[in-house]
Amino acid sequence: MRVNFTVNGRPQEADDVWEGESLLYVLRERLGLPGSKNACEQGECGSCTVRLDGEPVCACLVAAGQVEGREVVTVEGLADFAKQRAERGGCATGACGTDGKAGTSLQDAQHWAAKGQDSQTGEGTELSPVQQAFIDAGAVQCGFCTPGLLVAADEMLERNPNPTDADIREALSGNLCRCTGYEKIMDAVRLAAARQGEAV
Amino acid sequence: MDFLRPASWEEALAAKAEHPTAVPIAGGTDVMVEINFDHRRPEYLLDLNRIGDLYEWEVGEDSVRLGASVPYTRIMEHLRAELPGLALASHTVASPQIRNRGGVGGNLGTASPAGDAHPALLAAGAEVEVESVRGSRRIPIDEFYTGVKRNALAADELIRAVHIKKADGPQQYSKVGTRNAMVIAVCAFGLALHPETRTVRTGIGSAAPTPVRAKAAEEFLNAALEEGGFWDNGKIITPSVAKQFAELCSGACNPIDDVRGTASYRRHAVGVMARRTLTWTWESYRGTDGRANQKGSVA
Amino acid sequence: MPANGAPTKITQGTRTKGGIGESTLRPDGTLKVTGEFAYSSDMWHEDMLWGQILRSTVAHAEIVSIDTSEALAMAGVYAVMTYDDLPTDVRNYGLEIQDTPVLAHGKVRHHGEPVAIVAADHPETARRAAAKIKVDYRELPVITDEASATAPDAILVHEGRDDHHSGHVPHPNIVHRQPILRGDAAAAAERADFVVKGEYTFGMQDQAFLGPESGLAVPDEDGGVHLYIATQWLHSDLKQIAPVLGLPERKVRMTLSGVGGAFGGREDLSMQIHACLLAMRTGKPVKIVYNRFESFFGHVHRHPAKLYYEHGATKDGKLTHVKCRIVLDGGAYASASPAVVGNASSLSIGPYVVDDVDIEAIALYTNNPPCGAMRGFGAVQACFAYEAQMDKLADAVGMDRVAFRQLNAMEQGTIMPTGQPVDSPAPVAELLRRVKAMPLPPERQWESSEGSDVRQLPGGLSNTTHGEGVVRGVGYAVGIKNVGFSEGFDDYSTAKVRMEVIAGQPVATVHTAMAEVGQGGVTVHAQIARTELGVTQVTIHPADTQVGSAGSTSASRQTYVTGGAVKNSCELVREKVLEIGRRKFGSYHPAWATAELLLEGGKVVTDGGEVLADLVDVLEGESVEVEAEWRHRPTEAFDLRTGQGNGHVQYSFAAHRAVVEVDTELGLVKVIELACAQDVGKALNPLSVIGQIQGGTLQGMGVAVMEEIIVDPKTAKVRNPSFTDYLLPTILDTPIIPVDVLELADDHAPYGLRGIGEAPTLSSTPAVLAAIRNATGLELNRTPVRPEHLTGTA
Repeated sequence: MRVNFTVNGRPQEADDVWEGESLLYVLRERLGLPGSKNACEQGECGSCTVRLDGEPVCACLVAAGQVEGREVVTVEGLADFAKQRAERGGCATGACGTDGKAGTSLQDAQHWAAKGQDSQTGEGTELSPVQQAFIDAGAVQCGFCTPGLLVAADEMLERNPNPTDADIREALSGNLCRCTGYEKIMDAVRLAAARQGEAV
Repeated sequence: MDFLRPASWEEALAAKAEHPTAVPIAGGTDVMVEINFDHRRPEYLLDLNRIGDLYEWEVGEDSVRLGASVPYTRIMEHLRAELPGLALASHTVASPQIRNRGGVGGNLGTASPAGDAHPALLAAGAEVEVESVRGSRRIPIDEFYTGVKRNALAADELIRAVHIKKADGPQQYSKVGTRNAMVIAVCAFGLALHPETRTVRTGIGSAAPTPVRAKAAEEFLNAALEEGGFWDNGKIITPSVAKQFAELCSGACNPIDDVRGTASYRRHAVGVMARRTLTWTWESYRGTDGRANQKGSVA
Repeated sequence: MPANGAPTKITQGTRTKGGIGESTLRPDGTLKVTGEFAYSSDMWHEDMLWGQILRSTVAHAEIVSIDTSEALAMAGVYAVMTYDDLPTDVRNYGLEIQDTPVLAHGKVRHHGEPVAIVAADHPETARRAAAKIKVDYRELPVITDEASATAPDAILVHEGRDDHHSGHVPHPNIVHRQPILRGDAAAAAERADFVVKGEYTFGMQDQAFLGPESGLAVPDEDGGVHLYIATQWLHSDLKQIAPVLGLPERKVRMTLSGVGGAFGGREDLSMQIHACLLAMRTGKPVKIVYNRFESFFGHVHRHPAKLYYEHGATKDGKLTHVKCRIVLDGGAYASASPAVVGNASSLSIGPYVVDDVDIEAIALYTNNPPCGAMRGFGAVQACFAYEAQMDKLADAVGMDRVAFRQLNAMEQGTIMPTGQPVDSPAPVAELLRRVKAMPLPPERQWESSEGSDVRQLPGGLSNTTHGEGVVRGVGYAVGIKNVGFSEGFDDYSTAKVRMEVIAGQPVATVHTAMAEVGQGGVTVHAQIARTELGVTQVTIHPADTQVGSAGSTSASRQTYVTGGAVKNSCELVREKVLEIGRRKFGSYHPAWATAELLLEGGKVVTDGGEVLADLVDVLEGESVEVEAEWRHRPTEAFDLRTGQGNGHVQYSFAAHRAVVEVDTELGLVKVIELACAQDVGKALNPLSVIGQIQGGTLQGMGVAVMEEIIVDPKTAKVRNPSFTDYLLPTILDTPIIPVDVLELADDHAPYGLRGIGEAPTLSSTPAVLAAIRNATGLELNRTPVRPEHLTGTA
């Protein structure tokens, strides 16, 4: 079957999709976006976390046919997504964290488009605050859990700009990491929250 | 495999009538695991994501009509007051990502004894609204679970909504797993006080072939509360009553040994959860409880 | 110029930015946070096929027949291969003993053993084809434990063994046996005022790296193959792959892809040979990616173990003797079992002084899943048992548990049970002092004015307690791990270092075959090059087999051994650079001949700080490149009868204090804090060091309270091959992990460093167990502890 949807602000079309394929497979193997990771394919590890119409979901558990006409943001688009959110006022103001609702509306997502970036060395790449914080805090080791954690952490900070440690742990409880013992991940999210606070 | 994408409820019913073996998929949190791991190859997948009606809920006079696909996250956010037991149960479901996709309809459709919503539905009292091209009917929750991963649905029927009684008293929900988040229930227990009818209802998960109520325990407690005038005098429930209630709840279990836990542990744990949830709800009913408030972000 | 041309003795690199000792950031960090980093499962090639493995559904059986005809007839299927299709007579592989069939031959020995492979145009086509292969099994009785393995009429898991251990083992179903006898344990036992005995069980742990086994094999025009792969040791893979393919090693080109964690689980081959075989058969690129279910069958696990201990002490608390017997279940194939036996036996008494020991360790062949390398192997299982014994014995003597350990703690100069003196710092007592001195976390942190925060209680979000039944416990443990390959293994690494001017800047390039699996070796190599060569720009070349072997990323060895190789090659490059400088500019300044010269800040300077030349000018029109092997001190084999021998090169020590809160009624545990103190010799990158310690600590906690592969003892089949039922700690299960790093240099090691990766995994588990015992008063002789063990409902 054919599936049309939007990924990181760009319309995408996938052809000859087998009906049992997941969104994760389509992203990774058909659209050249392998950033979302395939660690468990059973919704237990969060490494494939993407935003589907703004909501963090496990891409491995979304059937490809279910994303027809919908908006997906992956780790590859996270920096642009965060930048455009900040430019649009988004939740950098903290406003959308107060009512407990997800902060990126479908409308916001539709206004947003990815820009090109130099991917060879990573040098000169513009990063979102949470991406930068993960590097700075030493939260990346093997890095396989990192994309999913970044998408989940970014969404939490959008909703809840001043999380307690327990809030961070709860929000990231669907993302397994096997390398770090999570301490540096906690540091990174605290750091991103603090920097986000300073930027306001 | 064919992927059916009905745009409306009527189309979905027609598709299900035409292809009774079609497997409905909404949140995908059960079905996709089975497909990814090659445990299931349905002839048809029936996608319910485009049917907006399934994502809506209405709060009525006595009950809440909860669309089958309303994600657990929404239940936690918006229905904590009306459906406190189910909101607590929703919070124990897997992870935030899964709670954003999964809903009660999936739990009911799969009818796994380990489904997190079942004990809360049994305790609150609920009816499952199911429909086919032949018509609509409501199945009382007590009659819904018919066997291990089997339910009362006919082959051409789909779950449209669940009608759950609004809480008229405190409700609690506990689940034992061997880690602190993202865990399938070793066993679970739901308890609801119904002061209006002066009854108590329970629900037990993962400790019998189907989700069950501990009816003997309920009857015992109803009688004990009535006899002692507890509903009126608001006294602390005596330890011996709580103990016997817990034992009867354990006795309602018919568990197995599996990789998640032993049968003996499940019986024991259900008893402990029964006693604790009774204490929490009763303290709340008496209005003396300062501790029952659970923190935890709701989205 | 120095008359003899000997290396210039200098104190190099102390003023260069980004050198050793700084917490420089990962060079691959940006790629990893943007999703651009290419892991082995991300590889993609035009026209590539997907490989699929058909695995045995039973643990032990004769294969009566295999019928692939239906599978081959399917549209989209390009190849189906079984044992009979293997191209050469080399049809087995293995790390030390080549006992593992590439595809099952006549018999399967464990659940999930590869039987056939398929290549097709879509993974679903490949799966359907594999499902159509008909295998007729005649089941055999399963061997699952020591009793069934060594029974007089036991079926031999491997008939006709002729490996180098087969001559000295007491039974063919024992892979390897290592006794260690020193002093006279029986006589010493007579002096003991207190004797404690214990039997302990250690469950089967999985490495559970998140990046699944995967890779892409691309046929080369010359008849060879290029494999993009996630592994821990490229050259070891190469040595096992090439003969099976019938290719010379130079025709099997291997490039390291992104590795999503390893922890020992990628030391053995998984899909490497299968992908190459299918690529060569079809002439097309073939990608294989395991799913999580398959991953549980696709790599070896940590050896489960039974451990039998007797410890004695005098009434003033001095250890008299230790007798122990450690039985490791190696499963169906040898993998790293012999080395696991060596570690378990030689480290079996822990970091304590005991002159009289009687030790035996064995590994079994059974029909259980094969077990091999996992972080801290051998030492992890032993530490769980000896630390439980130390608590028991302290209680028997009536001493404080930490003080009892400190009284018996080894130190520099202590003689190991193997007769080997410990010739570098061994601050065991000090590490214990440090963890004990850390402030305890406050009690009842779940309470606040708003009520109970269930997230901070046992059971977490599952809402099982609001404080009822919750009891706190505290426990301590300390461990010892060998660093590097032991027992006479020729443990070396190779580094190629190049220095040249690029775009007007001096640039160093470091090329090794070291597998970066997340540990941060690439970060450290750049730091070493900056320190040794005084440059800021360092390029880390992708790891491949175009350079000599780096050895494995395991045994806590890479910073020591490949770090040592990089340092050594940098030193040789530096000498050559200075030679060029002397040749070009020596006549302009006498210091070129007389002073100690350093490379710093892109310049050649004297030790007094005087600048002699810019490196850009020295290297103008020239480049310097050195590829050299580097070895640590040699070790010796252990005597097969007495276990005596200088078998280890270095030891690593860590201590933990665990604070737990246990819901004693429901048997649920929340670990509140796992404080760790570790001696790292020298922290080359402090941020990475702490990350390693915290990560290792949590893996130790996992096997204390939740992680276990459950094998049915009747069928030897795995019952929980998924992340639904093999539970890893989530961030909500994770305690705070304060770390106290001690830096006591080992003068034998580069920069005085000590391998760090494994030690924190050892003591974490027994510390948590001790804390749970402290909270519950239960004996708890197995790990992991499950709720039923804490509630009498097992």
